[in-house]
Amino acid sequence: MNALKPVLSKPWIWSWLAALATFAATALFTGGASAFGLSQATLTFAAFSVMVGLGQMLVITLGPGNVDLSVPATITLSGTLALKFMETEGSLVLPGLLIAIGIGFAIGAANYALIKLLRIPPIIATLSMSFLVQSLAIWSNRGLRIKPPEALAAFTTGTTGGVPNIALAGLVLSVIVWWLLERSIYGRWISAIGQSPFAARMAGIPVDGTRFVTYVLCAVLAAVCGYLLASFSGGAALNMGAEYLLMSIAVVVIGGSAVAGGNSNVPGIWGASLFMFLVVSMLNTYGFGAGIRLMLTGLIIIAVIVAASRPAGGKR
Amino acid sequence: MNNSLEPQPVVAARGVRVAFGAVTALDGVDLDIRAGEALGLVGHNGAGKSTIVNVINGGLTPHQGTISYGGVDAAGGGVAAARAGGVRCVFQELSLCPNLTIVENTRLMHQGLTGFGWRKRALTLIRAKLDEVFPANRIDCTGTVGELSIAERQMVEIAINFIEVTEAPRLVILDEPTSSLDASLAEQLMAHVRRFVAAGGSVLLISHILGEILSTSTRIVVMKDGKVVVTKPVADFTAKSLVEAMGSVIKEKTHAATRTGANAAPLVVDLPVAPGSAFGFAARKGEIVGLAGLGGHGQTDMLLSLYRARSSNWRPQRPEEIAFVAGDRSLNGTFPLWSILRNLSIGDLGALSRLFAIDRDREDALGADWKAKTAIRTPDMHNPILSLSGGNQQKVLFARALSTPAAIVLMDDPMRGVDIGTKQDVYAILRSEAEAGRTFVWYSTEMDEICLCDRVYVFRDGVIVAELKGEEISEEHVLAASFSGEAA
Repeated sequence: MNALKPVLSKPWIWSWLAALATFAATALFTGGASAFGLSQATLTFAAFSVMVGLGQMLVITLGPGNVDLSVPATITLSGTLALKFMETEGSLVLPGLLIAIGIGFAIGAANYALIKLLRIPPIIATLSMSFLVQSLAIWSNRGLRIKPPEALAAFTTGTTGGVPNIALAGLVLSVIVWWLLERSIYGRWISAIGQSPFAARMAGIPVDGTRFVTYVLCAVLAAVCGYLLASFSGGAALNMGAEYLLMSIAVVVIGGSAVAGGNSNVPGIWGASLFMFLVVSMLNTYGFGAGIRLMLTGLIIIAVIVAASRPAGGKR
Repeated sequence: MNNSLEPQPVVAARGVRVAFGAVTALDGVDLDIRAGEALGLVGHNGAGKSTIVNVINGGLTPHQGTISYGGVDAAGGGVAAARAGGVRCVFQELSLCPNLTIVENTRLMHQGLTGFGWRKRALTLIRAKLDEVFPANRIDCTGTVGELSIAERQMVEIAINFIEVTEAPRLVILDEPTSSLDASLAEQLMAHVRRFVAAGGSVLLISHILGEILSTSTRIVVMKDGKVVVTKPVADFTAKSLVEAMGSVIKEKTHAATRTGANAAPLVVDLPVAPGSAFGFAARKGEIVGLAGLGGHGQTDMLLSLYRARSSNWRPQRPEEIAFVAGDRSLNGTFPLWSILRNLSIGDLGALSRLFAIDRDREDALGADWKAKTAIRTPDMHNPILSLSGGNQQKVLFARALSTPAAIVLMDDPMRGVDIGTKQDVYAILRSEAEAGRTFVWYSTEMDEICLCDRVYVFRDGVIVAELKGEEISEEHVLAASFSGEAA
């Protein structure tokens, strides 16, 4: 039991337990027949949530009031423009990715400019930015659905050693963010700012610079997600980002990161993303109607959050 | 009951004792305020002035002793008993609601203004009272408080407290009422106080402007360390004797002899004379510069603006030019979710890292080093910072600043709540660091610490009013400069 204690005290453990339990419940119901297919789909769709969730987690770490609501619009715009730029041309896959990253950088920088220069609260600044970005996407999309380059479509829907490529991409990004958060100076800085911006400033932390980088990182991660998601689903759609608004925030909260900032973790983002997809699959498998499904989803999420929320200030 | 020759005092405090944790704020205070008397209350920071005010207005229940209003014991009566006894209090920190109009604020203070037409009645009352206290003011009483200047808010708050609705005010407490008023408004207020007292009311006046106290009070009470040390009619005081009564007995000088060559060291800070200041601010390499004066007179603001001017909010800076030791730990010092070690190492992570990656072994070594140097009492530096006592948390903040290569260290009254042993340790570290060439700018409200400095600036009302060097640094001189008036 003592050996388990360090693991049980981790805030992310609850999202993983919930994901495993849901997976077992679903697989048992179908007699194990669909276990492989279910895990493939889960890994793929969870990976998209992970990518946006990581960025949102960094922003939420900055403390109360910090949230990026422009995530869905960023996904849509980057998917739309990157696919338009590539025009199904296989040689433009990498430049297309760079375009997506550039779009993310621009949106993140513009978000922080609004927050800082016009002194608008982040929730309002990123929301208004999302309208601007979404309008740009509508204007440039014009109802055309451009297919992704063959090679890119094959990559995003393919697997490597039985694991979906999208999940591998999500894993690589997770490792990078984990390193930033746990091992780098930047991670210490965002955690310090999240606990007390005033104390952070007086400890010599460049608060504005750090917050700027964080909003840019969040938008870049969303843009990369948009690029991959558009390629995966055979073209960009104007509503492709919609579900990731609440999803990106929900996975941070369920993953055990502190909503008040200062204390976040990467493994929880994975646990929560898997769980969020599995809950819907499970309820679908059980054959519930849409109303019941939404209600149960809500109740289950509340239950996990209650289980995961423990007194703050534990040993780190 | 009331047939004795002496009329009952408006307020009588007997043997009042109040303690906040281990700190005794009031240690057996007896205080009578009689009708027709303006009682001046003076004392240094932490003498217990605000605490006794809060006991009298019912906001604090004394842990021992009694308080009575007009001879009626008010055990446990709180604010309601005080109001019923005719006690009104103008707070030092303004207590009007900025989003409401002046008329509405009047209603808040006076529950008796009810029924149809209360606005009209309140308007008449407040208008008349404002004109009475501050003739020729041009305050629009139908406007919201938020539109008023700080001086106008203070005027409104004072006028509201002098209004009579259902019961007449018998005692009005004025806690630093002129701190935001200019000289002519202050004189109008003092004139009103004298009229009010002559008409049989009583006033408790707290002010750091000795001229006001001496010209307006009829009797003066001097407090020190939670006790009343002197109570005498105003005629027995001069400005000089009043300052002496506030200070402790002048101790043997423990001041370090001014180090030779200190005046030749290069300047590391050199600020021009600010408007209203008598002196510019300068600090030399290896010097300990003290910021003295009463609390909240601009010392902390000075440190904060100095820090902001010397550090960037956008780019990381290495090596750090300046470091800050917080006094109000929870406001701008500690990171509560973190371990002791992380709270320490955040000061200079650059020194522990290669390519932005923190080397945990070097971080642990830094922690062990400073744990030994400052004797932080913990079995494990990975324990949460909040597991430490206040004094030990303060040591961590010192270590955070001293572990950086910063040439200037700012200290914002960091010794509050630190035990004497720790203080001695830190003083020794400061001295040796200063000799090694570091500059310290030290705001302190404790006179013993000010006396450890090489040079001292005294602040009043946000500006520097005096500069004391070497032998001139004494409690007497600092107090004289802190209180305006003829004292100096």
